[in-house]
Amino acid sequence: MELLYASSVGVLVSCGVFLILRSRTFPVVLGLTMFSYAVNLFLFSSGRLSLNQAAVLGTSTEYADPLPQALVLTAIVIGFAMTAFVVILAIRGRTDLGNDHVDGQVPDTNNHNNDNNNKVKV
Amino acid sequence: MTQHLAFLPVLLPMLAGVILLTSPFGKNITSRRVTSVVLSTITFLVSLALLLKVQADGTQVYAIGEWSAPFGIVLVADPLSTLLVSLTALLGLVCVLYASAGDDEKGSFFHPLVHFLILGVNGAFLTGDIFNLFVFFEVLLIASYALLMHGGDKRNTRAALHYVILNLVGSAIFLIALGVLYGVLGTLNMADMAQKVALLQGDDVYLAKIGGLLLLVVFALKGALLPLHLWLPNTYATAMPVVAALFAIMTKVGVYSMMRVYTLIFGDEAGELSHIAQTWMWWFAMATIAMGGVGVLASKDLRKLTANLVIVSVGTLVALVAVQTIEATSAAIYYLVHSTLVTAALFLLADLIGRQRGDVADRITAGPAVAQPRLLGVCFLVAAIAVIGMPPLSGFIGKVWLLKATLDAEYTFVFWPLYLLVSLAILLSVAKAGSTVFWHHQDSLIESNATDSVEQSRVHPAQLAALIILISGAPLMTIFAGPLSEYAIGAASQLHDFNNNIKIILSGGH
Repeated sequence: MELLYASSVGVLVSCGVFLILRSRTFPVVLGLTMFSYAVNLFLFSSGRLSLNQAAVLGTSTEYADPLPQALVLTAIVIGFAMTAFVVILAIRGRTDLGNDHVDGQVPDTNNHNNDNNNKVKV
Repeated sequence: MTQHLAFLPVLLPMLAGVILLTSPFGKNITSRRVTSVVLSTITFLVSLALLLKVQADGTQVYAIGEWSAPFGIVLVADPLSTLLVSLTALLGLVCVLYASAGDDEKGSFFHPLVHFLILGVNGAFLTGDIFNLFVFFEVLLIASYALLMHGGDKRNTRAALHYVILNLVGSAIFLIALGVLYGVLGTLNMADMAQKVALLQGDDVYLAKIGGLLLLVVFALKGALLPLHLWLPNTYATAMPVVAALFAIMTKVGVYSMMRVYTLIFGDEAGELSHIAQTWMWWFAMATIAMGGVGVLASKDLRKLTANLVIVSVGTLVALVAVQTIEATSAAIYYLVHSTLVTAALFLLADLIGRQRGDVADRITAGPAVAQPRLLGVCFLVAAIAVIGMPPLSGFIGKVWLLKATLDAEYTFVFWPLYLLVSLAILLSVAKAGSTVFWHHQDSLIESNATDSVEQSRVHPAQLAALIILISGAPLMTIFAGPLSEYAIGAASQLHDFNNNIKIILSGGH
C-alpha cells in the first residue's frame, strides 16, 4: 500500500510540475490542481497509513491520527477557493491581454513578420 | 475582557470587514469611509493596548477555545509580535485614510479587503501554531490578490496572474513542509516542535531537515529573497500605490516567520538541526542586497525604485536574521519598523508626485513641475534621507546598529562592503530621482488644459494626513530611539530565550 500511495503522489507531483511549467494558463491551472491533490494526499499520509482504525483516542489501542484529516480538510477548502480565483483571473487575463499565455505574449515561433499579431495591445 | 485582548487584533479586522460589507455601514461611499477609518483606528488602539499589557504583564498566551497547548491552537502575544501587530494596524489605518481621498472608488470592496488583509497579517504575527500560520498566510494572500487587482489595468492583470500562480505553488510547498514536519515531530505547536526537534534520531533528522529547509523556500518566496524575488518589482509597481504601501508589511511577514522558525525551532537548542538555514539565509541575503542595489540603479520610475528598495531592505533583514545573535535581532526589529514606514511613505509620495505631473507620471525624467513643490519636496527629502540612512534620521541609527551587530559575524567582510556599496547606489539613485523630478522642468509638455487637471490633483487633506503620519515615523524613531531600541533589545532577548519561551507557551502564559 505504501508503494502504491507514494508512487501515485509522485506521479501526480511530476505531472503537476510539468503542467505548471507550460506557457498557457489552462495547463498551468490544471497543473496547480494536480499539484494540490498530490499535496493533500501527502499531508494525509503524514499521520501514517493504516486501515480500519477508528480516528478516536482512548477507545482502542490502535488508532488513526485524526489531525492530518483535519489538516487535509482545511487544505482542500483553501485550495478550492484559490483554484476558483485563479480560473477567474486566467479568464480575465485572456480578455485583457488578448491571448491565454501566462506572460501575456505569444512567443515568436516562426520567422515571419507577424509582429502585429504578437504584440500585446496595451 | 482583558484576557481576550490578545485575540482582538485578529477578531476586530474580521468584524470590520464583515460590517463594511453589510448595510447600513457599507451602503454609500461616505459611510463606508467613515466606518472604515473609525474601525481601523479602534484596531490600532486595541493593538496599542495589547502592547502596553504585554509590556506590563509579560507575554500573553491565548488558548483558542481553552484548548491548551500543544493540543489546541495558541496565540502568542510577545513583545516582538505585538510591536509588529501595532505597526500593521497603523499602516492599515494610514492606507484606509489615504484611499478615502478617492482611490477606494476605483474598484469594489476596497475597505473590506484591507481589513481582511490586516486580519491575515495580524494572525500570522500572533499565532503560535505553524499550521495556523499557513491558514493566516492564505487569508492575507487571498485579500492581497483582490487588492492587487483593485483599479488595475492590463499590465496589472499579468503581474497579478504571476503573483497568484507563484503563491499557489508556494502554498503547496508550505503544506509539503508541514506534512514532513508533522510526520516526524507529531506536533504543530511551534514551542512543542522546538522541544521535540532536539530529540530526533537517525533518519528522522534528515526528514526534519528537508521540512525545515522547504519552509525556508516558502518564506523566501513571501519575503522576496533572491532568487524568488522576481515577482516583487512588477507586482508592487503595477499595484495601486496605496495598495503597494500596504504590501510593505507583507514581505516582512516572511522575514518574521524566518525569525520565529529559525530562532525558536531550529535555533541554538535544536541539537543536530541547529542553525540549518543560517548559511543559506546569509548568502541569499547577500545576493538579494546586491540585486536590489542593481535594481535601484536601473529603476526608471519612482514606484519601481521603491519596490527595489523593498528588496534591499528584505536582504538586509534576512542577513540580520541569519546572524542569530540578540544584538542582530534587535537591530533587525528596529530596521524592520523603520523600513516598513519609509517604503510605505515613498509609495504614497510616488503616487502624489505622479498625479501632479500629468502624463509623465512618476517616471524619473524631466517633466512638468509639480503643483506643490514645497510640500512634496520636503516630504521627499525627509523620506529620502531616512531611506538612504544618512544622519540625522532613523535610517542612520538603523544602519549603524546593523553594521555594529554584524561586526562579529563570520562573513562580515562580505556584508560590510556590499551593504555600504549598495547604500551608495541608493544615495545616487534617490538623489538623482529627487533632483530630476523636482528641479528639471520641461514646461513645453504642459498642454493648455492640463493646468486644470493638475490643480485638481492637489494633495487631499486625507492624503496629507496619511503621508504626514508615515513621514513623521522617521524623526519620531530618531527622537525616541532610546526607548525604542530598549524595547527592541527586550523583544530580541525574549525571542532568543529558548527555555523561557517554551515554558511560557506550553504552560499557558504563567
